[in-house]
Amino acid sequence: MWKIIHKFGSPPWFFRFATKAVQWLLPLMLIALAVGCVWGLLYAPPDFRQGNSYRIIFIHVPAAVVALAGYYVMAFAGLVSLVWKIKMADVAMRAVAPVGAALTFVALVTGAIWGKPTWGAWWVWDARITSMLILLFLYVGVVALFEAYENPEVAAKACAVLSLVGTVNIPIIYKSVDWWYSLHQPASIKFTGESAIDASMLYPLLVNIGAFYLLFAVVVMMNMRATLLETHTNAAWLREAVD
Amino acid sequence: MYFDSLTAAWDMAGHGPYVWSAYAITLAVVASLIILPHRRARRAQQLLVRAPSDGTSDADQDPTKGGDNASQA
Repeated sequence: MWKIIHKFGSPPWFFRFATKAVQWLLPLMLIALAVGCVWGLLYAPPDFRQGNSYRIIFIHVPAAVVALAGYYVMAFAGLVSLVWKIKMADVAMRAVAPVGAALTFVALVTGAIWGKPTWGAWWVWDARITSMLILLFLYVGVVALFEAYENPEVAAKACAVLSLVGTVNIPIIYKSVDWWYSLHQPASIKFTGESAIDASMLYPLLVNIGAFYLLFAVVVMMNMRATLLETHTNAAWLREAVD
Repeated sequence: MYFDSLTAAWDMAGHGPYVWSAYAITLAVVASLIILPHRRARRAQQLLVRAPSDGTSDADQDPTKGGDNASQA
């Protein structure tokens, strides 16, 4: 575990790793996303109650799931940055925040579009939706904080604290549909017990969840790689790697 | 394919505008997520190749090649 963290803390090692990993994972992600979307849009059967509007699930749920998981990644990077002062953790935190914000935005917008034909409203101040909006503000807050400070170390410290405090919102999002009366439907996929979704709809959904996890990993690595290129202009290893 | 024709797939029994616009927005976000860091990296790489090093790279050695500053970014 420490060996892995130590390796990821090395900018030269990470730069070489990310360059190779993105080359392989980006095409894999695009293929998975294409398969999941075409399967969900054209081959999965319609829902017996919601008709075809439910097909938004194949992008809405993956975006929401990965936006939530991404927050833990950002908070973990914040913890590593605060406790062990590893600078690559700051780079990671900075790389995750815009990706998380974009995925939360996708989850909210696709949810609003799905809400109109299903609930008759684009938006309701429901516990699940409101806590997702707070997640968007947290991600945007981290992006804004990084830009607000001139000293990158102070910025990283402030962002780490905000990320860690914000983790309190994640279990609230997960449990909001159980704790409060909600228009939002409860989870269809369960790790324990039988899932409340037919296999013909579950498989394309799982393909797209995988694709969105890959998207997250690829874009975070691309962002971190770009930051290293911008900040290590005098590093011999970087010039070697680029040549 | 579940639908009888492409027109039926486009219309989706009246839900087409909702479904297709949701996918279009998602696709646009996904595309920009990939394109923006790619452009940033390309621009930084061009600057790096053009600008000569100012020789202050002592503190930025490759730690995997014998240096001891693995955590210094």
